[in-house]
Amino acid sequence: MNCIIIDDEKTARVIIGKLCSDEICINVKEEFPNAMQAIKYLNQHEIDLIFLDIHMPDFTGFDFIDSLKNPPKIILTTSDVNFAIQAFEYECIIDYLVKPISLDRFQKAIKKAEEKSRDVASDSTSEKVTTTSDNELYVNIDRRLIKIDIQSIYLIEAKGDYIHIKTENKNYTVHSTLKKIENKLPEHIFIKVHRSFIINFNEIIDIEDNSVLIKKDVIPVSRSKRNELMKRLNLL
Amino acid sequence: MEQPNKSYIDSLCQGDKDFEKQLIDIIQKEFPEEKKTYYDSKTVQDFKKTAEIVHKLKHKISILGLEKSYEDAGAFEKNLLDGNNKLQNKFESTLTNITNYLNQL
Repeated sequence: MNCIIIDDEKTARVIIGKLCSDEICINVKEEFPNAMQAIKYLNQHEIDLIFLDIHMPDFTGFDFIDSLKNPPKIILTTSDVNFAIQAFEYECIIDYLVKPISLDRFQKAIKKAEEKSRDVASDSTSEKVTTTSDNELYVNIDRRLIKIDIQSIYLIEAKGDYIHIKTENKNYTVHSTLKKIENKLPEHIFIKVHRSFIINFNEIIDIEDNSVLIKKDVIPVSRSKRNELMKRLNLL
Repeated sequence: MEQPNKSYIDSLCQGDKDFEKQLIDIIQKEFPEEKKTYYDSKTVQDFKKTAEIVHKLKHKISILGLEKSYEDAGAFEKNLLDGNNKLQNKFESTLTNITNYLNQL
């Protein structure tokens, strides 16, 4: 799991970094002393897990979570036990570690994160995505396999543990990940323009700065994906 | 009065001397800065800012195994947020205690 650490205290970042270094499944990509820098980073990088301090000046951990459209898994780290109840209101928060963080407690939190990742990655018995050909995609919704014409899909949006598939005639919400459906779609038609969005390249109406218009939806284009998108355009 | 110790640091480092040195160096650098911020905030009687830095210092207090002082610091933080400075002397004794300990590490 790729992770980042957000804490205004360097001592805390170093301790969490050390605890992470002993976990094979954890890869610390970056650490940040404040939430604003992390938000900029997350606009351009996909991250599976965030270690997040709640008590930071100006922009608290909860402010940070509220600012994310599709937050990854989050483990809160704090010296204050009083926020635990508030933490339970967020689906993305998988654990709550009180500082100083012990090795045993940290390992339990990582185990939870791994279990959560497996749940999302594994095929659910009730809802999943499969393809039978280049033209058809089957989604399993409430134990019914529903066929979708791939060409009719114009937008796919990640929403927590679900993806929202928009087609010309109907929309579908499926328990799956953007990465999984991306692997099922033909590359010459679909392009991931943001960590939360895949669009049908043929349905683009216009592109403006860091957004693209698909039907009536204005979709953000992340800086890291913009070059790839521009390369594929037949520019005059 | 309880004394700072390295129990937590030892359990974290598990014999990794390089990391232990790195961590202690960071604490030795960060603690005086936080302590200064505390006294600066106190001087201008900014209770909210003082509570914030007390909150941050609580982590160092706990890392150094000062369990009772940690509880007192939590109560002091709450007092500050309520607009009074009860337990201030106790908290400042803890800061002195840590300063002396860090100087001899």
